Amino acid sequence: MRQPASLREGDVRIPSGCAIAGIMDRTGGRHDGRDILKAIALMHDRSNGLGGGFAAYGIYPEYASLYAFHIMYESKEARDRTEAYLDVHFMSEKQERIPTEPVKSIQDAPDIWRYFVAPHPVKLNMSGLDEAEYTMQHVFHINAAIPGAFVASSGKNMGAFKGVGYPEDIGEFYRIGDYKAWLWTAHGRFPTNTPGWWGGAHPFTLLNWSIVHNGEISSYDANRRYVEQFGYECSLQTDTEVITYLFDLLVRRHGLSQELAAHILCASSWDEIDKMDPERAEFETALRCVYASALINGPMSIILGSDEGLLALNDRLKLRALMAGEKGDMVYLASEQAAIELVCPDVENVRAIDGGVPFVVQREGR
Amino acid sequence: MKRIYAIEAWCIDCKRCEVACKTFHSASRDTVKALTLEFPEPRNRVRVEGDAHRSIAVNCRHCADPKCVEGCISGAMTKDPVTGVVTSDPRKCVGCRTCVALCPFGCVRVEEAAGKEIAYKCDLCGDDLGQPGDSSCVKACPNRALVFVESEECS
Amino acid sequence: MLDYLLPRYKVLRDVDLCVKCGVCERSCANEVHVVDDELGRVTADHARCVNCQRCVVMCPTQALAITNWPQVGNGSTNWTLSAMQDIAKQAQTGAVLLSSMGNPQPHPIYWDRLLLNASQVTNPSIDPLREPMETRVLLGSRPDVLKVNERERTLAAKMPPQIKLDVPIMFSAMSFGSVSLNVQKSLAMAAEELGTCFNCGEGGLHRDLERYGDHAVVQVASGRFGVDPHYLNAAAMIEIKIGQGAKPGIGGHLPGEKIDEEVSRTRMIPQGTDAISPAPHHDIYSIEDLRQLVFSLKEATRYEKPVAVKIAAVHNVAAIASGSARAGADVIVVDGFRGGTGAAPARIRDNVGIPIELALAAVDQRLRDEGIRSKVSLVAAGSIRNSADVVRAVALGADAVYVASAALIALGCHQCQDCASGKCNWGIATQRPDLARRLNPEIGAERVANLVRAWNHEIQEMMGGMGINAIDSLRGNRLMLRGIGLTETELSILGVKHAGA
Repeated sequence: MRQPASLREGDVRIPSGCAIAGIMDRTGGRHDGRDILKAIALMHDRSNGLGGGFAAYGIYPEYASLYAFHIMYESKEARDRTEAYLDVHFMSEKQERIPTEPVKSIQDAPDIWRYFVAPHPVKLNMSGLDEAEYTMQHVFHINAAIPGAFVASSGKNMGAFKGVGYPEDIGEFYRIGDYKAWLWTAHGRFPTNTPGWWGGAHPFTLLNWSIVHNGEISSYDANRRYVEQFGYECSLQTDTEVITYLFDLLVRRHGLSQELAAHILCASSWDEIDKMDPERAEFETALRCVYASALINGPMSIILGSDEGLLALNDRLKLRALMAGEKGDMVYLASEQAAIELVCPDVENVRAIDGGVPFVVQREGR
Repeated sequence: MKRIYAIEAWCIDCKRCEVACKTFHSASRDTVKALTLEFPEPRNRVRVEGDAHRSIAVNCRHCADPKCVEGCISGAMTKDPVTGVVTSDPRKCVGCRTCVALCPFGCVRVEEAAGKEIAYKCDLCGDDLGQPGDSSCVKACPNRALVFVESEECS
Repeated sequence: MLDYLLPRYKVLRDVDLCVKCGVCERSCANEVHVVDDELGRVTADHARCVNCQRCVVMCPTQALAITNWPQVGNGSTNWTLSAMQDIAKQAQTGAVLLSSMGNPQPHPIYWDRLLLNASQVTNPSIDPLREPMETRVLLGSRPDVLKVNERERTLAAKMPPQIKLDVPIMFSAMSFGSVSLNVQKSLAMAAEELGTCFNCGEGGLHRDLERYGDHAVVQVASGRFGVDPHYLNAAAMIEIKIGQGAKPGIGGHLPGEKIDEEVSRTRMIPQGTDAISPAPHHDIYSIEDLRQLVFSLKEATRYEKPVAVKIAAVHNVAAIASGSARAGADVIVVDGFRGGTGAAPARIRDNVGIPIELALAAVDQRLRDEGIRSKVSLVAAGSIRNSADVVRAVALGADAVYVASAALIALGCHQCQDCASGKCNWGIATQRPDLARRLNPEIGAERVANLVRAWNHEIQEMMGGMGINAIDSLRGNRLMLRGIGLTETELSILGVKHAGA
C-alpha cells in the first residue's frame, strides 16, 4: 500500500540508516563548508536522496547573543502566523530569507527564513522560566501548533541547513560554501519508510544542540516515554529527536556534563560494575538505577554538536561504523574513513570510536 | 562405594520403590507383565516400613563387614571384593534364615518362591551378581527419600 | 437430607494397566482410591476426587486419568450444570461458596492478544549467547535528578534503598499457614539461587527462613501477623498488602485447625485460634493513613529498606497507585484478578477486579502523565504464565513481575482449586505433616529455579530478537507490542497499536 502523501515525520515512526560526518577546529578557527560537503558527498551511497543536512557553529558572530531561528514555511499563511507569534513573544533584530541556489534535483523547497531574536523581556519575566526554557517552549509551540511552519534550528550563533535531497545537493542549495564555522556536522539520510519532508531531515536541533545520527535505536519507545514525563514532546518520532531531548534533559536541566550524559546513554554493563570498587560501583549503579530509561539500545552512531564542541558516541555493542582522525587543530569524524582521507589526505591518528565510550572534543578557550 | 540411603524425613509411604524393584527383578522388566502375569511373582527387595505418618524404605547397606556373609552356612551370601556389593546366590541359598537373624538393619527377607524358601535382598540392580547398576528404586522415588551416593563411612 | 450435588470428576482406570500396587490409594488424601482385595480390583469414590492429578502422576503404569463427570446439562446456556451445582451446594450447606486460585472465568486474556516485535535488516538482533544480555532490575524509589560529584565519580546525595534482582521475576506472597513451610523453603532457596526475592506473605517469617532474609519480602497485612521490628529488619523489602487480585476488598480467614504449633509461633497468635485478616487495615481508612504506615515502617527500619504497597487491580487502580506513590511507597505492586489465593469466596473471585494487563497499562501511563513513573518501581502480578508474559508486562511498563501460581505449578500444583480443604496431595496448601512431607524443598527449589532460569533464557532470546540488550530498554517500550483482535478502546488503554499498523 502506498503511504499517503500527507503522512510525514511525526505521523509515523521512521527508522532510518544514514551517513554522518563532522569537522571541527579545536581553536575555534572558522572554515567554510566545502570540506564537509566533499566528505558527505563521498558517502553518497549511504543515503537515498530523501534527506540531507548540515549544522554549523560560529556562522553568525555579528548576532552571537541572539537566538537564530531558521524557519521553513510551506505557505504564506504559515509565515504570517509564525511572524505574528514571534512578534508577541520575541524581539526581532533582523529577519531575512535564507539565500539559496536553484539546484535541479531539489524540488518543492519551502520558503526558508531566518530571524535573529531575543525573548521579549516582559513576557520572559512573566513566564518564570529561564531564557533557554522559554525559547524552547515557544519553538515547540510553533512546530506543534502552526501548520506548515517548522523551526529547523533555534540556537545562538549556529544554524541547521537541511532538506529533502542528497546532502551534497542540499549543501549546494543552501550555499554552505559561503558560511564559515568552527564546527560542521553533516547528515545523509537513508530512511526506510519516509514521506520525505523538509522538517524531518537531519540534523535535529534544539537550542544550541544539534545531532546527526546513524542507526535505529530499539529502546526508542522506552526513551520517548521517559522524556515525555519531563514535558518534551516527541512530535517527529525520530531517534535523533529523542536523543537530543535526553541530552537536553541530562545536561541543561540536570546539570550533568555531556560526557556523563553520554555515559548514562551507554552505561557500563552490570558485569563491569560488579568488578568495580564499592564506591565506584555505587555511583555507576545509581546512574543505571535513576536513569535506567535513558539507556539507549540498538545500533547508533551520533555526533552531538554544541557550543562546547562535539561529542561522538557509538552504542555499547558498536553496531554502527564511526571513524575519527586528527590533523593539527582539526578533528574529523565520518561514517567511513575514506570520507576523512578525501578532505585531509595526511590525516593522523585515524581510529574507530569505541562502543559506548564518549569521544569528546572540546573547543579551546571555553 | 556408592550406596542407597533412605531418608526418613522425605519418605511418603507411596511404595513406588517397591513396584520399581519388583519390575527390575522380573523376567520381563515390564511393570504390567511383572505384576500381573509372571509366576512366581517377582519379589521386591526394598521394603517401605511404617505408615503414612512415618515411613522409611529399608534397603541393604552393603556393609563393609557384612554379618550376613559371615553367618551364611551355604556360601550363597557373598560380598564382591571389587564392587563391595553383597548378594545372595539363589541357587546356593538353603533358606536357613541365619542372615535374617544377623542383619542389624532388617534388610534380608526369606520368602517362598516356586516351592523353595530363599533369601531376598537388594543387589543394587546389577544385572550380574555383585555388579552395581542404575538403582530403579532411587529413580522411582518421587521425593528423593532414596539417594544413591558415595559414602566413606563403613566402606 | 439427600445431597443433590453430583460428582465433578470421574476417575478413569485402565484395568489392562492397573497392577493394584496401591500407589494411588496411598497418594490420595481425599481417599478416592481403594484397593479392594475382595473384588480383586481398585475402586474409586468419584465424588471425593478434586482432580489434583497426584494419582495420575504417581501411578507407575499410567493407568489413570481424570475426566469430567459425564452428566450432561439440559442444554441451557443460562442454567448450566455448573450454575445448578452451585445452587445445589448452597441449598445443602447454606454457606458462601469457597474456592481457590485466580479468576477462572473466560474473560479475555490480553497477554495472548499482544504480539512481540523482532528486528530485521535496519537494526540487528542480538545473540544472547555472544553478547551480554542484562536482565538485572533494581526496585525502589529514585530521585528525578541524581546529585553527583562528577570529578570523583561519587554520589553527592545518598540513594534511597533498592533491592537488586538478577531476574525480573519474584515470587509473590504466600503465607505460612496457607502453604506449607516446605513451599516457602523451596521458594526461599530458589530465590537465593536465582538472585531474586520471595515473599513470606502475611503469616510471619518462620525462623528457619530468616537466613534467607536478604532475599525475603515481608508483608504487613491487615492482620499484622508476625509483625515486629525483628521481622521487618530481617527482610530485604517490606510490602504493605492492601489487597489481593483474587479477592479485592476481602480479608482472609485461616481456620484454627491449620494453626499448629509452628504456624502459631510464626504468626504470633495462639494455637488453634482462627487467624482473621480484616478486609481493610483498620488503621488505614484513607490515603493519608497509608502514608503514616509507610513512614512508620521506614522509621522502624531506619530508611534502609524499600516499602512496597500492593493493591488489587480494581476499577480505579491508576488513581490508587498514584496516590500510593505519593504516600511514600517505593514500589507499587498491582495484582490482577487472575492472581491466585488459598481461599476466596467464589463469587468475589469470579466477579471482582480487572485483568492485570489493563491495570498495568493504566497505572504506568497514569504515573507517566503525572511525571512520577521514574520515581517509583512498578511490579505486576496476577497470572504471569510464561516468559512471553513477563516480556509483555515489562514492555507495558512493569519493572518486574511477581509469580506465584506458576511457581506452585512447578512444585506440583495442578490448580484443582481445593486449597481451602487443607488436604493438598502435593504438600503445598496443607499443614498436615504427612502431606507437607511430600514436598522436599531440595527438589522444589531445583524445579522452581529451573523454571525461572528457563524463562530468563527465553526473555533474553526475545530481547535479543528485538535488538535490546538490557531490560531497562524494554521497560515501557510499548512499540515492541502490537495488539491482535483488539478494539480501539482496548488498544488505547493498553497504549499499543494493532498488528500491521
